[in-house]
Amino acid sequence: MTGEYEVVIGLEIHCELKTKTKIFCSCPTDFGAEPNTQCCPVCMGLPGALPVLNRLIVEYAVKAGLATNCTIASRSKQDRKNYFYPDLPKAYQISQYDLPLCEHGYLNIETGSGAKRIGITRIHIEEDAGKLVHDDRLGTLVDMNRCGVPLIEIVTEPDLRSAEEVRAFLQKLRAILIYTGVSDCKMNKGEFRCDVNLSVRKKGESTLGVRTEIKNLNSFSFIMSAIEYESKRQIDMLESGDPVIQETRRFDPATGKTYSMRTKENADDYRYFPDPDLAPIEVTGDMLRDWRASIPKLPDERKAEYVSQYGITAYDAEMIVSRIEVADLFERCAALTTHTKIVANLIITEVFRLLENDDAEVPFSPEQIASLAEMLGTGRINTGTAKQVLKEIAGTELDPETIVKERGLEQVSDMALLEKVVQEVLEENPKPANDYRSGKTAAIQALIGKAMAKTNGRGNAVIIGQLLKKQLS
Amino acid sequence: MRVRHIAYPKGGKRTTMSEITTLAITELAELLRAKELSSAEITKAYLDEIKAKDGIIGAYISVFEEAALLKAEEIDKMRASGVDMPVLSGIPAGIKDNICTKGMKTTCASKMLDGFAPPYDATVIEKLKQLDAIVLGKLNMDEFAMGSTSENSYYRPVRNPRCVDSVPGGSSGGSAAAVAANEAAYALGSDTGGSIRQPAAFCGVVGMKPTYGTVSRYGLVAFASSLDQIGPITKNVRDNALVLNAIAGHDPRDTTSVNRHFGDFTSGLEEGVRGLKIALPREFFADGVSSEVKAGILAAASAFEELGAGIIEVSLSTLEYALPAYYVISSAEASSNLARFDGIRYGHRAVNSDSIEELYINSRSEGFGSEVKRRIMLGTFALSAGYYDAYYKKALQVRTLVAGEFNAIFEKCDLILSPVAPTPAYKIGEKVSDPLEMYMGDAFTVPVNIAGLPALSLPCAKTTEGLPIGMQLIAKPFDEALLYRAGYAFEQTHPIRFDIDRRCVSHDRGI
Repeated sequence: MTGEYEVVIGLEIHCELKTKTKIFCSCPTDFGAEPNTQCCPVCMGLPGALPVLNRLIVEYAVKAGLATNCTIASRSKQDRKNYFYPDLPKAYQISQYDLPLCEHGYLNIETGSGAKRIGITRIHIEEDAGKLVHDDRLGTLVDMNRCGVPLIEIVTEPDLRSAEEVRAFLQKLRAILIYTGVSDCKMNKGEFRCDVNLSVRKKGESTLGVRTEIKNLNSFSFIMSAIEYESKRQIDMLESGDPVIQETRRFDPATGKTYSMRTKENADDYRYFPDPDLAPIEVTGDMLRDWRASIPKLPDERKAEYVSQYGITAYDAEMIVSRIEVADLFERCAALTTHTKIVANLIITEVFRLLENDDAEVPFSPEQIASLAEMLGTGRINTGTAKQVLKEIAGTELDPETIVKERGLEQVSDMALLEKVVQEVLEENPKPANDYRSGKTAAIQALIGKAMAKTNGRGNAVIIGQLLKKQLS
Repeated sequence: MRVRHIAYPKGGKRTTMSEITTLAITELAELLRAKELSSAEITKAYLDEIKAKDGIIGAYISVFEEAALLKAEEIDKMRASGVDMPVLSGIPAGIKDNICTKGMKTTCASKMLDGFAPPYDATVIEKLKQLDAIVLGKLNMDEFAMGSTSENSYYRPVRNPRCVDSVPGGSSGGSAAAVAANEAAYALGSDTGGSIRQPAAFCGVVGMKPTYGTVSRYGLVAFASSLDQIGPITKNVRDNALVLNAIAGHDPRDTTSVNRHFGDFTSGLEEGVRGLKIALPREFFADGVSSEVKAGILAAASAFEELGAGIIEVSLSTLEYALPAYYVISSAEASSNLARFDGIRYGHRAVNSDSIEELYINSRSEGFGSEVKRRIMLGTFALSAGYYDAYYKKALQVRTLVAGEFNAIFEKCDLILSPVAPTPAYKIGEKVSDPLEMYMGDAFTVPVNIAGLPALSLPCAKTTEGLPIGMQLIAKPFDEALLYRAGYAFEQTHPIRFDIDRRCVSHDRGI
C-alpha cells in the first residue's frame, strides 16, 4: 500500500549563528547562563529601545548562502512579524519577508540510491525569541537570555522524498555551516532545529497533496521518527478516504507521534511590514569578494580530493566529510600514514559508531588512528585487535603501539605455529570440515573462528583461511 | 512687575526673583556666568512657578523637585570652583513624558505605563545631563503622543496658558504650555505629525521639528518610528538653536540617526533673509483656513519681503493625499510599536484573567485610552493580509510623491512659508467627539514628517482675542540653520507679546 505513495518533504531549518553578541545589541549569546542575566533594554524590547544590526550576522548569513550556491541580494531589508506571545517581548520578531539575503541555492546529496540536487528557496536572518520556563510553584516564567540570539532560517524546495534523503540533506547542510564557521550547529543546545513540511501523493501525480508542518525538531532521530509517523498517518487518512487537513503539528518524542497544534483557519496574520527602525542591508561587491575568499574548502571539494588522492569510494568519502572534525581527523591521519583506505575503514566502521549523537566529540587523536592503520596495513595486528585497542584508547592519550607491544597483541603469522593450530582444529571439528568438503563452503568461517580462538584472537585470519583450504582440498 | 521679552538690562541691577522665569536661556546663562544668579535660585524660581500655575495648566505629570534642587546645588559648586560650564548648565528644562529618564517615571500619559520608570536614559537625556542641564520634571501630553489637543492624557488635560479655556495643542501640549507659562526655561517635545509645531503655535512659543535623523530617537517611546523626531520648544529662536545644538548628532544606538557633522545652529542667525526665495504653496490657503490665520501668514510673507526676501507662489498638489497617507503609515507603525504593552513584563496588567489571551485583551483594553485604541485598530487593519497593498503600500507611494514635490519646490526656493494649523487654539472639549475634524487640523504639519523635512513653528500674529497664530517655515533636509536665520530675522523685527492668562495663577503662589 505504502509503495503506491510518494512522500514530498520541504524543510525550514533554524540555525544559530556563532557570534559572541546578539543580533541587535551587545549582550552575550552564551548558552546556559542564569535566566535573564544576558539581556538589556534592547533585547528585552523596553519602550524606546532601538535595534542596531550586528554586521557580522550579515557576513555569516551571506557566507552560508555562498556555501549553498545561493544568489546574494545586494540590497535586502528587515521586516516585522507581528504576533503576541509571552516569550516575544516586542510582540514582533524582526525577520526578513520579501527580500531575503540569499535565494535560489541548492545542495547535492548522496544517498544509497544515488546523487540528487535539493533546491534551497531562501536564507534569511532573524532574531530568536525567549524561553518559557514552567515552575510548579511560581507558574510560567520568561527567560529572555535567548531573545535576540541571531538565527538564519534556511528554507528548501519540496524536493525531498524520504527520511533518508532528509537525513543526507541535513547532515550535508549542517556540515557546510560548520565548515563555513557560521555556526556550531549543536543540536542539543538548539543551535540547529528543523520544521518539516510533509505531504503525500500517489506516485506519478504532479500536483502536491495537502501538507502539514511539524514544528521545531531538534534531533536527527526525532526528525526521522516524525517523518515516518507523519507519512504513515497521512497515507492512512487518504486510504480511509479522510482528507488531510493543512495544519501545524508537534512531535512528541515520548509517544513517537505527531499531534495537531493549530489549523490553517486559525493561523496568525503576521502583518509583515518593513521595520522602520532598521536601514536596508547593502552587500557590496567588495564584501562579497572578501567573504567568498574566506570560505574554507567545503565538503564536496574535500570529498573529491579524497576520492582522487586516496582512492576512497564516493560513498565513504561523503560519510567522512559529513563532519568536519572527522574529515580533519582523516586528513591528519593521511599525513602520518600511507594506509589511507584502512584509515577510512576504521573511521567509518569504528569511529562513527562511537559518535553516538551529532554533538559528540571525536575521542581519538590522529596519531592514535594512524598508528593503528599502520599496524593493520603492515600485518602487525589483525582487525579484531584493532577494534579491541580502539575501544581501550577511546578518550585517552594511550599509544596503541605500546599497548600492542606490552600485551603481546601482535598478529601471529608464524606458518609453523598456524599449521599446527589448523591441524588441531580440523581434528577436533570433523563436522564443519566434512560440511566444507561436501560443498558447504560457508562452514570454513566456523573453522577460522575456532583457530582464532586458539590464538587468543591474534592469528592472521587470512593465512589461517589459506591453510584450511589447502588442508581441506 | 516688568515683563522682559528680548533682553534683560545689561549691567543693570540684580534681576528680581519673579522675573527670572521670564528670561531666555541666553539671558539666564549670562547671569549664571556673571554669578548674579545661582542655578539653585533659578531652579527654585521655576519650581515656584510650577506650584503657582500648574494646578490649573496641568503641564507636568511628574516634578522632580528634590533631584532638580540637588543637581542645581552641585552645579553651583562646580561653577564656584572655577569650572567653565556649557551654556545649558544649571538651566531647568521640562521633558515630554515619552522620553525615557532613568529611574524616573516615564508614563507617556497612559494608564498603561502609570508608574513605569525605565532603567535607562534616552540619548537626548544623556546629552543634556552631560551638559549639566537640570530636568525639572516630565511633561503632560496626549497619550502615546496621539492627539492634537493634549486632552487624551490619562492624568488630566493640559490648558493653554494664553487662555485656560483653550487647548494648548498636542501632542506636546505640556511642553509648549510649560514654556509659555514660564514653568520651564525650555522643553523637549516630540513631533510625529506636528506634535511640536502645532502646540508651539497654539501657545505662542517657538518649536522645531528637525530633519528626520538629526536627533537620536533612542529612548523616545516610539509612536511611528519612521516619522518621530525629538525637538526643542523655547521662548525664542536663538534658544531653540542652542537646545538643538545640545541634542543633535549621530547616535550609534539609533540606525536612523544620520552620521554627519551638524554645525552650530546659531551661526548665521543674524545674516537676515535678503535674497532668500520663500515659497507660498497656494494649497495651504484653501477653504477651512481661518481668515485670521490667512491674514497672519500673508502679513508674515510681506514682512519677509520687506526684509529683502522674494516671495513665490507655488503649488503642492499632493498636499491633500499627505494626511490620509500619514494616518495609514503612522497608525500601522503604532499598531506594531504599541503591541509590546501586553501586561506581561511591565506596565498595566489586568487582574483575574483566565488565559493568556484574556490577559492580553483585558490589560490592553484597560490600559489604553480610546484614541490609542482607535489608531491601533486602524493600523492593524491597514497591515492585515489582503489590505496591505491597498493601504500601507499605497501610503508609501504617496510618501514618495510628496517628498518628490517638496524637492521640486526646493530647487526653486530656499524656504516654504505656511500656516502651522488652519485655526488658532480652540476650546477644550470642542473637537473631542469628532476625531476626523481633529485629524484635519494636522493637514499642514504632516507633509513635513512624511517627507522627513525640518520645519520651524514660530508666532507671527495674534487673533483679536489675543490668541497666538503660528507660521511654519519648512526647509530642505538639514537646513535647520536657515530656518533659524529666517525665524530670527522675523522675530527681531516683529516682536509679538502674549500674556499669560491670569486665571492660571492659583492663590498659593509661593514667592
